[in-house]
Amino acid sequence: MVTLTINGLKVRVEEGMTILEAARFVGFPIPTLCHNDGLSPYGACRLCVVEIGQEPKSKLVSSCTYPVEEGLTVRTASQRVLKARGMIIELLLASCPQSKTIQDLASAHGVHQQRFKQEYEDCILCGLCVRTCSEQMMAHAIGFRGRGENRSIGTPFDISSDVCRLCGGCMYICPACQLRCTYNQPQHAICNACANLRPPCIEKEGYNNLMCYMEPCVACEIK
Amino acid sequence: MSPEYIKEIVSNHKGELGALISILEDIQDRYHYLPEEALRIVAGETGRSLVDIYGVATFYKAFSLKPRGKHHISVCMGTACHVRSAPGIVDEFTLQLGLRPGETTQDGEFTLETVNCLGTCALGPIVLADGHYFSNVKRQDVKKILPKIKSGFVEEPGDREDRLFPVEVYCPHCNHSLMDEQNPIEDYPAISLGYSFNEMRGWVRMSSLYGSHCLESEHPIAADTTVKLFCPQCHAELVGKTACFDCGSPMVKLGFLGGGSLLMCTLWGCNNSEISLNGHHRRDEHTGESREHILG
Ligand code: FES
Ligand code: FES
Repeated sequence: MVTLTINGLKVRVEEGMTILEAARFVGFPIPTLCHNDGLSPYGACRLCVVEIGQEPKSKLVSSCTYPVEEGLTVRTASQRVLKARGMIIELLLASCPQSKTIQDLASAHGVHQQRFKQEYEDCILCGLCVRTCSEQMMAHAIGFRGRGENRSIGTPFDISSDVCRLCGGCMYICPACQLRCTYNQPQHAICNACANLRPPCIEKEGYNNLMCYMEPCVACEIK
Repeated sequence: MSPEYIKEIVSNHKGELGALISILEDIQDRYHYLPEEALRIVAGETGRSLVDIYGVATFYKAFSLKPRGKHHISVCMGTACHVRSAPGIVDEFTLQLGLRPGETTQDGEFTLETVNCLGTCALGPIVLADGHYFSNVKRQDVKKILPKIKSGFVEEPGDREDRLFPVEVYCPHCNHSLMDEQNPIEDYPAISLGYSFNEMRGWVRMSSLYGSHCLESEHPIAADTTVKLFCPQCHAELVGKTACFDCGSPMVKLGFLGGGSLLMCTLWGCNNSEISLNGHHRRDEHTGESREHILG
């Protein structure tokens, strides 16, 4: 067992857990995007940032990949974390505004602006589909290709794969292409519709699933 | 493309941890690119998924999935070369060959590419063609470089533009220098050695400029004769463990001043030589092939 402090609370958790698992275990929510309980941690989206260590030397790490350590101090919602998280969401919005998952995240975390050059990618390279394909379906049909700017996900040689069983798992898990958000302010590429409802649909605290429970969304009417 | 050859490459690397890149390098050396079929065979043989292999093959710039031309020209566009007008050189190649960077000529002769730093910034702008480095290239040099590349670098003696440096070697047995200051060739001390073949013995002096194949020998020696080489000081036979990558003849190993070793092919006229700077050839034990082409 390992003892660590999360948000001032001393907790004892099993060795080998990640900070994310430990925090969720004791009830502190940490938003995630590229994390999925059935898949290996990957650390692509950085949404799960937390602050570890003592003040002047503290640093931000991705909690989904960071194993717990004896005596670690973790803050899951410090100013620094919130600022970083907001920035990450903003950047995600800049690349994938049509993703309902990301729009929901923006609403839930009070991100009301997007200051970057707007792009309309349909992939945020979170790797969920790649991991689903190889770890859950044992198919290894899709993977990362290229690097840097040209990094993309797909099948080898861009031809239909002979090991793909068309299970649809990749589409099921995708946070970017699964639901198209049409957002009500296209010029800002930010929806915030559910956050502006009276009473607001997504409450900032106490709502841990983040995906709206009403289907279709009453604000933007996406199924 | 022969599946047997690919399988052989894979089996050469059996048991090596993380051999994938070496395997792909070997395939690329042979075919100048990575054929789709070859990747499928590698996947089958190594038991890894095709998508993993494809990921590695597309990640590294050194690998190409498109057929490349016989001659491969890389123009350095790194910062140092860029400020010394490398873009003009690229333009000139583009003009001369009718290619944009990344393309291959229709006849499959030339592939033009730009790279970001070849690690010899002080000599820039650098053009790397088929393993030969051209330094301080100016725009007007391009016209002179192209025929050289096309002819596979058979040079007239005295023409020294693309050579970079003279080497100094010593005998690995007696540690005596093999440099002959009295009889320079091409203005540099020659490397002097004894040879024997068909019961003939004599001396040979060769240019110490790396990449030059100028030499004088006591007897005329027909091309394609394998000779034995000796140290003129201690008369010990020079030997090496490796075989020439080009022709398969044994290579002899000379000490390389400043650390490392110089390997020389013993087949007359093969002219293959390699420098290994860390003094250790990566693949000696596995395949009997030496593969560290650092320059030349
Ligand atoms: S959830 Fe931790 S980095 Fe994406
Ligand atoms: S910039 Fe050209 S060699 Fe470094």
